[in-house]
This record gives sequence, C-alpha cells and structure tokens, in this order.
Amino acid sequence: MLRAARALVSRDLRLVWRRRGDALQPALFAVLIVVLFALALGNERGTLAAVAPGVLWVAVLLAGLLSLDGLFRSDAEDGSLEQWMLAPVPLAWLVFARTLTHWATTALPLLVAAPLLAELLAVPRALWPVLFTSLLLGTPLLSLIGAVVAALTVGMRRAGVLLALLALPLYVPVLVFGAGSVAAAAKGFDPGGALLLLGAGLAAGLVLAPVAAAAAIRIALE
Amino acid sequence: MSDMNPVVRWFHQLGSPPYFDRFAARWAPWAYALGVATMAVGMYLGLFVAPADYQQGDSFRILYVHVPSAWMSLAMFALMALYGAIALVWRIKLCEILAMACAPIGAAFTAITLVTGSIWGKPMWGTWWDWDPRLTSQLVLFFLYLGVIGLYAAIEDRRAAARAASLLAVVGVVMLPIIRYSVVWWNSLHQGQTIRVFGESSMDPSMLPPLLWMVAGTKFWALGSLLARARADNLQREAGKDWVRALAEAPR
Repeated sequence: MLRAARALVSRDLRLVWRRRGDALQPALFAVLIVVLFALALGNERGTLAAVAPGVLWVAVLLAGLLSLDGLFRSDAEDGSLEQWMLAPVPLAWLVFARTLTHWATTALPLLVAAPLLAELLAVPRALWPVLFTSLLLGTPLLSLIGAVVAALTVGMRRAGVLLALLALPLYVPVLVFGAGSVAAAAKGFDPGGALLLLGAGLAAGLVLAPVAAAAAIRIALE
Repeated sequence: MSDMNPVVRWFHQLGSPPYFDRFAARWAPWAYALGVATMAVGMYLGLFVAPADYQQGDSFRILYVHVPSAWMSLAMFALMALYGAIALVWRIKLCEILAMACAPIGAAFTAITLVTGSIWGKPMWGTWWDWDPRLTSQLVLFFLYLGVIGLYAAIEDRRAAARAASLLAVVGVVMLPIIRYSVVWWNSLHQGQTIRVFGESSMDPSMLPPLLWMVAGTKFWALGSLLARARADNLQREAGKDWVRALAEAPR
C-alpha cells in the first residue's frame, strides 16, 4: 500500500515539477486577492488589520478552489482512474495520496508565503502563531472536502461554477473556525477551542473524506 | 409470492415504474387538495381568528407561513438524504427519483423561509438580513439544495447523476449539524444572543391552532408535489417503454 502511494505521489510531484509555472498559480492567485483587498480597503492599517485574518482565509480558500477542478479530471480523461479502481490497493487510499499531493502543491506554498501575506495585511505579530496554526490545520481539511466535491463532478466535462457551489457550503465550518480562531485571539479570547475543533474536523476528514470521494468516483465511472 | 405479507408486497410493487405511476397519479391530486384545504383553514384561523400579538401587532402572523416552511425545509432535506441513502445502498431506481424530487421542493420551502423571514425581520429587527446563526444556516441549506439540483442537472447519465447527487445529499446531512453549530459558535464569539423571536414554550395557546393547521397543510402539499414531480421524472426516464406509450396514446 505504501509503495502504491509513494509511486502515485512521486509521479504527481514530478508532473507538478515539470510544469512549475502552473504549480505556482494558486499561490500567485492568493497574493493577488490580498493585494486587491489591500488596495480596495485603502491604506489605513487599522482597518486592514481588523479584516486581515478573514481576507487571508478567503484568499487561501479561493486559491484551493481554483485548482480543485483538475484534481481527478486528467486521470478520468486518460483512463488512469479506472486503473485506480482495478488496483489491488483500496481506491480510498489512492484518493488520499492524491489529496495529500494536492495539499502539498497548492496549500503548502501558500503556508510558506503566509508570513509575507500577513505582513502585507499588517496582521499583528502576536496573532501570527494562531493564524498559521489555523491555516496548518484548516487547509488539509479544505483539500479533503474539496476531494469529495471534485470526485462528485468528475463525470462532467467541465464543472465550472458548480464546483464552487458544491464546495462552499461544506467549507463554511472550516472558514468559521479558522478565521474565528484568529478573530477570537485578536479580541483577547482563547483561540484553543476553535483550533481543537479544527483538529477534530481534520481527524474526521482524514478518515471519512477519502471514503466518500472514492464512493463518488465509483458512481461517476460505473 | 402468495404468502407474502400484503404490506411488504405492496412496498415491492411500488418500486415498479408503471405501478408507481398509477399510484402517484391517483394520490397526488388528493394530497394537493388536502394541502390546500388545511392551509385554507390555517390561513383563515391565522389571519382572522388568532389575536394580534401584544408586542408585534399583526406582523407576527407571517410566522404561520414562515415556521411551517422552515420545518419543511429541514424535513425535506432529511427525507432526500434518506431516499438518497436507500438509493445508494440498494440501488432502487424509484428512490433515486424520489430523492431528486425532494430537492426542488425543499429548495422552494427554504426560499420561502428566507423571504418571509426577511420580510418579518424588517419591522421586527429593523433589518432585512442579519448574519444570525439561524439565518446563516438556512442560507447554507439553500446553497446545499442548489448544489444537489445543479449536480443532478449537470451529469448526463440520469442514474449516475441521481446517485452522485444522492451522495452529496448524504454528505450534506452529515455536515448540516456541523454547519449549524459552527455558525452558532461563531456568532456567540462576537456578542450575546440576538433577539429570540419566540421560544418553544412562550407561545400563547390561542396562536397555536393555525400553526398546526399550516404545518399539516405544508406536509400534504409537499407530499402531493413530491408524488407529482417523481411521477414526471419517472415518466421521462421510462419514455419509450410500452406502458408509457400506451399511457400517452390513451384517450382522456
């Protein structure tokens, strides 16, 4: 099982590496959103800092959404997905490996860029640990939920805006707890509760989401 | 087959498209009629008999539309997820059809809830919209319904579409409590509770009967609508079969 996962992950990473320009798109997109918000809201550091955690979270969420459509699409088109189903390892496991790659290639660059974005938005230094912890816990959960949605739409030629419509209601709790933890810390409350709930959601998502996504893929390919 | 329990046999028969078509054609008008009748009674009682509220005046009467449709919006989602789960596990074609027929009905009830709520909110709270947990979770519910409808419409193969949308409904029903409590929690972060419009027990007995009539009325209406929608979808899927052709060519 580990060998299959390693083969899949290394193939996906190599594909991403060969097209480095594309891989940076989500991070670039998030930076653009942040810049646009900063310009639209004017140059008052107080206003900016107040909305910054929310803006940062929305930017990360939208950047993840942007790359979601391609999660299983190319594999569905060239037939690899059928091989996944026939493979001796469980489909959910391969879905999990793919989701991991998706997280590593879209959310991880954003996490690396997060200090830069936080500084651009004038987030107070005291909030940085909470912000980064919430992103670290929340972005894998976004990728996992996104995998279910992407698997549901894999039977279509182009999912387009439907993908966003399906994903956004399911993203609501992650966004609420993620941005909420930072907002709580900004007001002097303890952000621990929200972070623990995010962690609990991540634990549940790690187990359930690949199974749901695998079921959706089976439906689409039958 | 002869020694089968009649209820079980009836249940199995209902799974057959022609049998369901006859069943739905027979009972949908009755359900509609009962729905209209009970809603008419409820409307009359609610608009003319129930006393005006001492605080809210006459504007509270919109609750006789608002509350039943809010309940139905949740009940239809539960029903849709239930049919969806049955369709996913046992692959009963009729359950796929019924699950998908639930979605537009539930979406309509959700839309009615949102609209009447905001009409009610304007005089009561002084605002059309507030990011209150109840409002937010209702809005998210509406988006979930739209997602199910959109997914069902977007996939070409009808059975695969119904099963994918059913899976989304099941995922949605798991997520709904989480969404609900996340927004409650998120709101309490900012400040204390918003005005509670009415607690479960604080309602005056004289205001209750119209509400019950309306609740029953919306149930019947939803049933009629469900049967009619499922029948239409069923006929569309079975188009080209002999019994549908016979039905279409039959003199009326």
